[in-house]
Amino acid sequence: MSYHANEKGYYGEFGGAFIPEMLYPNCEELRQNYLKIMAEPSFTEEFHQLLKDYVGRPTPLYFAERLSEKYQTKIYLKREDLCHTGAHKVNNTIGQILMAKKLGKNRIIAETGAGQHGVATATVCALMGIECVVYMGEIDIARQAPNVARMKMLGAEVRAAKSGSRTLKDATNEAIRDWINNPVDTHYIIGSVVGPHPYPDMVARFQSVISEEIKWQLKEKEGRENPDYVVACVGGGSNAAGAYFHYLDEPKVGIIAVEAAGKGIDTGESAATSALGKVGIIHGSKTLLMQTQDGQITEPYSISAGLDYPGVGPMHAHLFRSGRGEFISITDDEAMTAGLEVSQLEGIIPAIETSHAFAIFDYKKFEKEDVVVINLSGRGDKDLQTYIDYFKL
Amino acid sequence: MNRIQEKLNEDKKLLSIYFTAGYPEINDTVSIIESLEEAGVDMIEVGLPFSDPLADGPTIQESSTAALHNGMHTELLFEQLRDIRKTVNIPLIVMGYFNPMLQYGVEAFCKKCHEIGIDGIIMPDLPLDVFQEEYEAIYKKYGLINVFLITPQTSEERIREIDEVSDGFIYMVSSASTTGAKSGFGDEQKAYFDRIASLNLKNPQIVGFGISNSNTFQAATEKAKGAIIGSAFIKYLTQNGTENIQSFVENILD
Ligand SMILES: Cc1ncc(COP(=O)(O)O)c(C=O)c1O
Repeated sequence: MSYHANEKGYYGEFGGAFIPEMLYPNCEELRQNYLKIMAEPSFTEEFHQLLKDYVGRPTPLYFAERLSEKYQTKIYLKREDLCHTGAHKVNNTIGQILMAKKLGKNRIIAETGAGQHGVATATVCALMGIECVVYMGEIDIARQAPNVARMKMLGAEVRAAKSGSRTLKDATNEAIRDWINNPVDTHYIIGSVVGPHPYPDMVARFQSVISEEIKWQLKEKEGRENPDYVVACVGGGSNAAGAYFHYLDEPKVGIIAVEAAGKGIDTGESAATSALGKVGIIHGSKTLLMQTQDGQITEPYSISAGLDYPGVGPMHAHLFRSGRGEFISITDDEAMTAGLEVSQLEGIIPAIETSHAFAIFDYKKFEKEDVVVINLSGRGDKDLQTYIDYFKL
Repeated sequence: MNRIQEKLNEDKKLLSIYFTAGYPEINDTVSIIESLEEAGVDMIEVGLPFSDPLADGPTIQESSTAALHNGMHTELLFEQLRDIRKTVNIPLIVMGYFNPMLQYGVEAFCKKCHEIGIDGIIMPDLPLDVFQEEYEAIYKKYGLINVFLITPQTSEERIREIDEVSDGFIYMVSSASTTGAKSGFGDEQKAYFDRIASLNLKNPQIVGFGISNSNTFQAATEKAKGAIIGSAFIKYLTQNGTENIQSFVENILD
């Protein structure tokens, strides 16, 4: 049994492409070509060259000595925060912009919540000289001003999503509607392992460079490729998918997924999809999502905009349902405290999304000899205002 | 024979109207349907509102949000429609997105439609292959016609596949757009209408998206069997309420 997508884009019962016919040609073009293009030497060469020279890969695998001492286990941090633009998101946007070029597209659209994926998309569009439109919820535009400014400075047009709840889910709806209206010249760069097939698999493959590097880096440091656990925060699940990718079918490697509990799972203000979600369809994918009994998609809540999504990628829904992954949910307060702790123990200020992954130690005990790799998905610069407000800095 | 099939056999161009159930007011559903039939409309698509209507432009999005805010939900719509066949004879189609249907239970949903006298279902985001593999038998069991969409980008091969699986009409989306986005038809649409007409499909086609008045209705039905109006009707309801539906329809058919 494999935890990867099958050829129809299903992870167990999850995935597929539940899209209106208007999107069928777009997704079909991508589906028929993505694996072929990704296997072309000219593609892989340019992809790896850019990851190296532009993104700054390989990112270090860093042994966190003081954190390890505190929690009495061996903790390694995979430093995606050191990627250009400050998070793992750029691994995917580099891959997809090259894909778009191969497909002959000359216009890019994207959705963004916190603005990280929007910035990563605007960045690669600037790099390639391609027109870029980023949809962002009106509310997120107001609360993520620095990233809005970065996108504009990079030459992207930021369009406010004014429908529904005016956050990430609605920005995604608007991007999909744009794609329906521009089916021929436009490529949609989705920012996580969500959406219709082939997106979850394609994005996971672009992010898989994370675990590909962990393998040889860990071999150098520990003499073995496999850690005992890989830990990552899950919004849509792209950094997690990348960190798990080469370990999915290695049963001895424990997979730990960390979701945002917001103010607490039972408070009605949460984004812990595995705990609160039911099987349904969101953005063209059959997966777990937060919804009313009636099938209306509900508004999640998390202090971290990047985890504030009512669904989860189909890979993760399957990891949860099958029991392959262990899912832990972390509240705003626990995440903020953990973020402060990592800052002061290791001199690294993590993104608040990532801070959730550092808060698992009250819920999960490790053996002293365990090797635990935590994917440090992004840096905290973008979240400084939230940290300032929270800690009255 | 299903009411949709009977209607398609009539020797006339058909006018179908879409509206969002629960809009403008929660209890308008039955009176809107009755008024539309009285005004001479041939078929009605009753929209089950969804929180995230991906294929819809601002007008239908806003009506959906308002309808949900008014308290519309699947069971309530079925309750409102319980006695609809006592007063209404034209074909009724439920149109919505797949997730609410999935949560209700696909079989339970179809059974309820059958009991009420609903004739067909349009779920734009229920893909052809999933329908065939998992749900076609259920639709058949309850005598429901599933309507598929095609667009100017749909390949001939896929159109023929869809024609094969359909047993009512094909919903022909007039241009690459969400609902209500474009108005009027240019040469591109005309070429598309001609191309589809020349395929000699077994199912008649009804054109939707971008039809808002008598001119666009005429243009759309020159080759096709009928046309569907959605956003323009919703806009009319927003501006005029439900009192004067007759005059909206007269203007189209005029
Ligand atoms: C630093 C960081 N980590 C995690 C996420 C969550 O996304 P994903 O679950 O796709 O990795 C985001 C999204 O904005 C992010 O910026």
